[in-house]
Amino acid sequence: MSAAVSGDGRSRNWAPYLLSGPALLLFIGVVVAPIAMTALLSFQSWDRVKGIGDVLVLAHWREVLSDGYFAEMFLRTLRLSVIVTVLTAVIGAPEAYILHRMTSRWKGVCLLVILGPLLISVVARTLGWALLFGGANGVVNQALIKLGIISAPLPFMFTETGVAIALAHVLMPFMVLAVSASLQKVDPKIEHAAASLGARPATVVFRIVLPQVMPGLLSGAIIVFALAASSFATPAIIGGRRLKVASTLIYDEFLNSLNWPLGAVIAMILLLALVAIVAGSNRIVERRYAEAFS
Amino acid sequence: MSYLRIEQLTKEFGSYRAVEGLTLTIEKGEFVSLLGPSGCGKTTTLQMIAGFVEPSAGSVVLGGKDLLAVPPYKRGLGIVFQSYALFPHMTAAENVAFGLEMAGVGRDERRRRAGDMLELVGLSGFADRFPRRMSGGQQQRVALARALVIRPSILLLDEPLSNLDAKLREGMQVELRQIQRQLGTTTVLVTHDQAEAMALSDRIVVMNKGRAEQVGPPEETYERPASAFVSDFLGRTNTLTAQVDGEGTVRLRGVAIPMAKLAPGPVSLSVRPEKVGFTEAGAGFVNAVVTAKVFQGTHWLYQLETPDGAVVVIRQNDGSGGPAEGASVGLRWAVEHCLVEPERRSAP
Ligand SMILES: Nc1ncnc2c1ncn2[C@@H]1O[C@H](COP(=O)(O)OP(=O)(O)O)[C@@H](O)[C@H]1O
Ligand SMILES: [Mg+2]
Repeated sequence: MSAAVSGDGRSRNWAPYLLSGPALLLFIGVVVAPIAMTALLSFQSWDRVKGIGDVLVLAHWREVLSDGYFAEMFLRTLRLSVIVTVLTAVIGAPEAYILHRMTSRWKGVCLLVILGPLLISVVARTLGWALLFGGANGVVNQALIKLGIISAPLPFMFTETGVAIALAHVLMPFMVLAVSASLQKVDPKIEHAAASLGARPATVVFRIVLPQVMPGLLSGAIIVFALAASSFATPAIIGGRRLKVASTLIYDEFLNSLNWPLGAVIAMILLLALVAIVAGSNRIVERRYAEAFS
Repeated sequence: MSYLRIEQLTKEFGSYRAVEGLTLTIEKGEFVSLLGPSGCGKTTTLQMIAGFVEPSAGSVVLGGKDLLAVPPYKRGLGIVFQSYALFPHMTAAENVAFGLEMAGVGRDERRRRAGDMLELVGLSGFADRFPRRMSGGQQQRVALARALVIRPSILLLDEPLSNLDAKLREGMQVELRQIQRQLGTTTVLVTHDQAEAMALSDRIVVMNKGRAEQVGPPEETYERPASAFVSDFLGRTNTLTAQVDGEGTVRLRGVAIPMAKLAPGPVSLSVRPEKVGFTEAGAGFVNAVVTAKVFQGTHWLYQLETPDGAVVVIRQNDGSGGPAEGASVGLRWAVEHCLVEPERRSAP
């Protein structure tokens, strides 16, 4: 490598490019190229009889952007993702803290319970929710009705609430792991210092620990949001055909209506919106915490 | 009645005794150091006073009140940790004001008192800095200000200076002592640095394996150590093997050392390097040959070989030169400066 370190500025050092070359090629092949092709597809003409044509048109974009049906669907996707993110944060962060305070023997067991959803197929897990709450035959609903707590079955299947709960369950581990990782970096002496200054245990948690794990919580939120907005299996099974979100609508356009260009438009909008939201919130997080952390 | 009374304090981790029957009383305004090697239970003791470790046995009474019945956040003690443990998401001023806020002090008074305290520790220009943007010494001062601003009944310091470099540490020692005198805060310092303990404390508690070996003013523990461990830990010492004969006289290879009668048997005799003087060969308690002589500015350091092992002697550089390398000399010392203990068969 001594030749590469000539340092006169004229001979370029190609080593970094060569070393990252294979990964770069793979990235272009499996990420950039499909996206570029999808982008192109979204402008291609389509006809019920002739299928996809070679003429480039704006018709599909115009249709998606002007039709209230699509706006409602995108809004539902956004609302669901936000609700799921908030749910995982509100439940996952305390979960991570309790896990953090446990003795190591219980920690292992509880970690397994929390990571459990990741180990079971999304389909099996989602069908499990369906069995528990699905209509009047759902186990939980039957039990609650028999106990006289409710008179009609709780609506779960084909409702936003159902999708949100099932998605929150699926994505919870990502939040717990993100918060756990940043909890590990908190010096327990800092909590002791706060207590010695007169802070009660609850005050220590909210004023001292929470602000320190906020970057972890926010990055967990970004992950959960992105995964929720692009999730397919859970909304497909629980939401069914009635409750469409972006990913299930894309699936329908591609495989049922066979209107690929329209599906491509929805896919592109979902992608662009996600990139904008994730990148934007990431920048806000970084700027907010640059002074105290990093 | 003493201000802080610690009685028979014990902490067991499983079957391991980290602190064993520690008894100690501290007067109001006193500066006491817990001194001992790493792992001897100093931090555990401090944590028990602070309330973060529950004692297995014993009592801690502060101003007549049982401290162990009080949760940590109501004890009103100030603590400074070796790792500073500042709140990373708060500025220096916010760190210092936190304890006041917890005590319900109003915003304006909080700001004023935090500012005063930062000024006292020499950080008036740093109020709006985050800990990450401060040096170790500055963070240490913030931690000290944060602990002092609540006017704690006791200030607990756990190796507060050991993360600082030597020069800064000496400066901070002087400052710490000045601040402590000025505020009159009762202080317990944990340290493994004997020079630091001697420089700062009114009294030193020398700890070894969870027990207090000796409690006393720095000079007393240094000059009249209760054990060879204390003597060795509080500075260099020479240890020679001697015998106590049938009449109870301590003899070093037959030469009688005029001190109190003892039970017959082997004993170890320790004497500090600066307490040993030179005489003509044959006229001292023991004969020695100078093997090395090192100039150290204010004093000379001699290494000598005696029939009972190596001995180090420190002589003030009074310009007279002293014996040369290779010279045969006698060694003598005032008997009150030497400590005689029954020989420990199984030396650690
Ligand atoms: N939580 C704990 N569990 C088990 N052993 C401990 C614990 N805390 C401290 N010890 C042990 O107790 C002894 C004394 O520790 P410590 O008080 O920290 O020593 P020092 O501060 O004097 O260096 C050490 O041997 C340490 O390993
Ligand atoms: Mg310690």
